[in-house]
Amino acid sequence: MKPSISVDELMTSGHQACQGCGATLTMRYALKGLGPETVVVLPACCWTIIAGAAPRCSIGVPLLHAPFAAAAAAASGVKAGLSARGDGRTTVMAWAGDGGTYDIGIQALSGAADRDEDIIYCCYDNEAYMNTGIQRSGGTPSGAWTMTTPGKEGSERPKKDLDAIMEAHRIPYIATATPAYPEDMVRKFAKAKTIKGFRFIHVLSPCPPGWKYDTADTVKLSRLAVQTGMFALYEIAEGRFKLNLNPAKRKPVGEYLKPQGRFRGLKPDAEAAIQAEVDARWALLSQRHARGT
Amino acid sequence: MPRLKDEPLSTPVVTPSARPMSENPTGDWRSVAPRIDAEKCTGCLLCWKFCPEACVDVAGEVPRIDLHYCKGCGVCATECPAHCVHMSEEAAS
Ligand code: SF4
Ligand code: SF4
Repeated sequence: MKPSISVDELMTSGHQACQGCGATLTMRYALKGLGPETVVVLPACCWTIIAGAAPRCSIGVPLLHAPFAAAAAAASGVKAGLSARGDGRTTVMAWAGDGGTYDIGIQALSGAADRDEDIIYCCYDNEAYMNTGIQRSGGTPSGAWTMTTPGKEGSERPKKDLDAIMEAHRIPYIATATPAYPEDMVRKFAKAKTIKGFRFIHVLSPCPPGWKYDTADTVKLSRLAVQTGMFALYEIAEGRFKLNLNPAKRKPVGEYLKPQGRFRGLKPDAEAAIQAEVDARWALLSQRHARGT
Repeated sequence: MPRLKDEPLSTPVVTPSARPMSENPTGDWRSVAPRIDAEKCTGCLLCWKFCPEACVDVAGEVPRIDLHYCKGCGVCATECPAHCVHMSEEAAS
């Protein structure tokens, strides 16, 4: 059978991720879309470890480690440096987790988006500070257990709507992706590469130890997130909104929540509230899709 | 200052290195390992596509899993539509 995505691998085996890590699949697909003429800028995040210790590196492209708060600023600088040297071709991508994006890196992120820097910013969102041992971030959904939301009921606050924040910056390209849909993800990175200006890609990236599920279920959960409507696959290019997957009938959110130990304390009424929120959000997304804006 | 034990003292500290992490095999901690039943494999390549370790080789007709790098996550076994990837316990080492 002919492979549906490129067989060229820039991410090498031997990286230091946990078993079944969604963030490695995400990097694998992202680099298939971007190709070798890419520089990756990492703030502190799981990928700081996954990349391996210098002089070894698990991605076959140049990688710059940046301070936690500075991914977007450092990437802007790398781009400016390349431009000054007459290199207008190389793609610069900031690659940060949800902690480095929703919370600690948001000022640099907002600044770079506001200046419409010519970089890609990818947030691989595993919905907590997983690298330091599962502390709550702005990306943690309500009801999810973390080390810093230790009560049975989990996080009280809802997940911050970062995509809306990014959209408010009126940048040329915003897309969402998740590893169960590799063709969609590779295409979005390849498309982002051709666009000039600030491009933001939000990837939902399942994490077995942080979400407390069997390592074999990473892709299954990523798929269920979309099938239940907990995570929507869409893109906004030059203000045009498009749902990439619009399931005619969404599965109940419970199918996504139940296999995850982090939602074990979820009461039936809390689950119903999540379902209601997903239904309401989906109604809005469908309207936007129909309208095309 | 040497960068790694096997690099000469003269190796400059700031030289970008092209040494990949594929120098770092998984080791012997994996508890289960996948095996593909070649008879039943349809060659759909989903095991290759979804392997977080990028350790499935698709050059041949049936994918080949490189157990030097496989961590035994079981994603390939869950995703294989033909149910022909079997996970079996590793012998204690
Ligand atoms: S068990 Fe996991 S690491 Fe090993 S080949 Fe299958 S998907 Fe890859
Ligand atoms: S997923 Fe299963 S059927 Fe498909 S190529 Fe891999 S082993 Fe063969």
